[in-house]
Amino acid sequence: MLYFSNLKTFSVLSVIIITLFFAVPNFFSKDQINSFPNFIPKQQVNLGLDLQGGSHLLLEVDTEEIIKERVENLNADVRRILKKNNLNYSNFKVSNESLKFVVEGFNSEIQKEISELSMSNSQNILAMGDQTNLIITQEENTIQINFTEEFIKQSVSNAVAQSLEIVRRRIDELGTREPSIQRQGSSRIIIQLPGIDDPDRIKSLLGQTAKLTFQLVDTSVNFDPFNPSKAPIGSEILASDADEEFKYIVKKRIMVGGENLVDAQPGFDPQTNEPIVSFRFDRIGATKFGRVTQQNVGKPFAIVLDNKVISAPVIREAILGGSGQISGGFDSEEANDLAILLRAGALPAPLIILEERSVGPDLGADSIEAGQFAAIIGFIAVIIFMIFVYRYFGLLADIALIINLFMVLGVLSLFQATLTLPGIAGIILTIGMAVDANVLIFERVREEIRNGSNMMNAVENGYKRALSTILDANITTLIAAIILFFMASGPVRGFSITLAIGIFTSVFTAFTFTRLLISLNVKRLKPNFVGLSKNA
Amino acid sequence: MLNISGTQINFLKVRVITFILSAILICLSIGAFFVNGLNFGIDFKGGTLIEIETSQEIEISGLRDNLNTLELGDVQVQEFGSSKNLLIRVEQQLGGDQVQQDVVQIVKESLGSYLSTDINFRRTEVVGPKVSGELIQSGAIAIFVAVFAMLVYIWFRFEWQFSLGAVLALVHDVILTIGVFCITQLEFNLPIIAAILTIVGYSMNDTVVVYDRVRENLRKYRSKEITDLLNLSINDTLSRTIVTSVTTLLALLSLFIFGGEVIKGFTFAMIWGVVVGTYSSIFVAAPLLRYLDVKREWNTTSAVDSTR
Repeated sequence: MLYFSNLKTFSVLSVIIITLFFAVPNFFSKDQINSFPNFIPKQQVNLGLDLQGGSHLLLEVDTEEIIKERVENLNADVRRILKKNNLNYSNFKVSNESLKFVVEGFNSEIQKEISELSMSNSQNILAMGDQTNLIITQEENTIQINFTEEFIKQSVSNAVAQSLEIVRRRIDELGTREPSIQRQGSSRIIIQLPGIDDPDRIKSLLGQTAKLTFQLVDTSVNFDPFNPSKAPIGSEILASDADEEFKYIVKKRIMVGGENLVDAQPGFDPQTNEPIVSFRFDRIGATKFGRVTQQNVGKPFAIVLDNKVISAPVIREAILGGSGQISGGFDSEEANDLAILLRAGALPAPLIILEERSVGPDLGADSIEAGQFAAIIGFIAVIIFMIFVYRYFGLLADIALIINLFMVLGVLSLFQATLTLPGIAGIILTIGMAVDANVLIFERVREEIRNGSNMMNAVENGYKRALSTILDANITTLIAAIILFFMASGPVRGFSITLAIGIFTSVFTAFTFTRLLISLNVKRLKPNFVGLSKNA
Repeated sequence: MLNISGTQINFLKVRVITFILSAILICLSIGAFFVNGLNFGIDFKGGTLIEIETSQEIEISGLRDNLNTLELGDVQVQEFGSSKNLLIRVEQQLGGDQVQQDVVQIVKESLGSYLSTDINFRRTEVVGPKVSGELIQSGAIAIFVAVFAMLVYIWFRFEWQFSLGAVLALVHDVILTIGVFCITQLEFNLPIIAAILTIVGYSMNDTVVVYDRVRENLRKYRSKEITDLLNLSINDTLSRTIVTSVTTLLALLSLFIFGGEVIKGFTFAMIWGVVVGTYSSIFVAAPLLRYLDVKREWNTTSAVDSTR
């Protein structure tokens, strides 16, 4: 056990040196690192948001809203088809996931028509071949239409994927530093924004679905904007964005939607100097917009964002160029944000913020400082204590402990694992626990000496005997760390990472490095080097 | 020179006393759990937490009264480390996840108009009802899974008697840790769950070292009376148990004193856990083996042997 071949010595030392090598960048500033020659690693430990400052947001896509929208579309389609076929329906019920109505003369032709329509409506959403997305059940004259489960699942999944993309675009537009945007589970999105401690602007950007539509104002009825009467069929009452109390009656038919926009930019109106957003339609959008404006010169149309009327200008002449501008009493930041939202596109469903954790840069820096100080003090205390108890062997354990700490840092840098405040606590805990492997060995060595072994045999047997105990003892802690890793998220996960790394490095150093040191000196060792008096 | 080797303390002699002591502490913990309950932080209760730093000292009660006029329900304001650092807690609002976000805005505006000093917002945390419910569930599951994993591991490495003894000691430690949080009413949040899991690992680590020695001695001294054998094993490992506990406590104490306010609760839980875990491996886990009818005839090939 004590004999180390040259090859073994070499490999032990190289593993240690390589890991230490990766810890090097952490002791230099970013500028200094950049001036390093290429062969030196440049990656520093990745600091968690709680240490570098930043914001963590957990969002959920409102999936109920997606299903509701699908059911509403289906509702409109089915009614239209029934009407077209001159069928009188009654008892029409729309529930969360299905339609139900009573009708006479419902036949397979109509059923086919509904099925086909639902397929064409879902276009790219679902490539399910000839399979329909609907389950139509008929009981005498009562018809019930449900979406298939796969369709709902697929719709939700697509909406989440699409939301993720749009969230990414909106955040990228703001130019934040290295944001991380990830999907979590079936309908959630985790956003990490380093360096941002007041995410109000981002939250408000993400809080809007940003569904933009151009709709004609219904001028067929006279109404009081502060107390409108019921909207005629085909129209709806929408509030003004600037004043909730002020209402418009707007035709439901959408002239053009935000999906036809190709660009939106903030700017200023050259005449009034008011902040505006100018936009450009794609070809389809430009054609549609041109046609409608041509037919409705002199009438007002509403620019609607998320069911609120931003403004309702009167069409002075046909707008054929495919571009226009929106003014609605914005300040320049609002105009800027609206342009971002329009460029990034509309969310398929609202996002709900489930959790927010933001840490300012000061607190992060304070935490690092306090953590470092606590680590140094704890470290010194442990070092002194070990020398006090085990003398020369204690010193060896202390050297191993120092190596150990740098190895943890090196492994963290190498794998770019995230160091958090609980992670620092994990390192400090490791300082206390890392000596355990050596303590177990030294205690065994003492015992062997007391039982009359010479130093050489005592060390040899000490290592041999302590092996299984060390493994058992460390595996239990490792199990706890692994469970924590899988159950926890965020900063606490960082704790499980440093704890686990610390377990590996401490067992490794105890069995290789300290042993190597002892084996090099074993012939010169005397019992009092283990903290045993000669007459023990 | 510290040398605790070769002690011959009769630990099992006091086992009745320590068992009673543990039983009382467990009853106290369970009682406090039902009477006081845990003081859940926003991780588990939902709500909003804002930590601010001001340039001048603030009169807390005035600020508290002011914030309590906002109709946000219960608003707590407390000093956090220094008199210029304040922690503001707002309870969870009715109305689901959407409305929680408004709280931050309302409180920030109110602070801005009420306080005439510069305010540095050091930390803002908002946890909605959905997430807090999930966190408490996954925290509880994590502890159960960890204890169960230990049960299986020890069973696999030793025998069921050891496994049962170790897990009883473990449950003892977990109950006492949760108990101390019920009694002190210190905030119980997500990092405390991490601390409890670490305590589970640490306490197990301590117990395993003693049990390893018990197993070894069972092989070595086949006819030794079990009480003497357990005493011998505890004494054999006593020096290691104490040295490792001391080094761990030294590191944790340093973290507790110098590591900053944010991590204090976490460190407190760990310190408590190390003390309780060390106590339980000596005075609970090992003495329990006396009652669990451990197998004396170890088949040296079946068990994984340390003298292999």
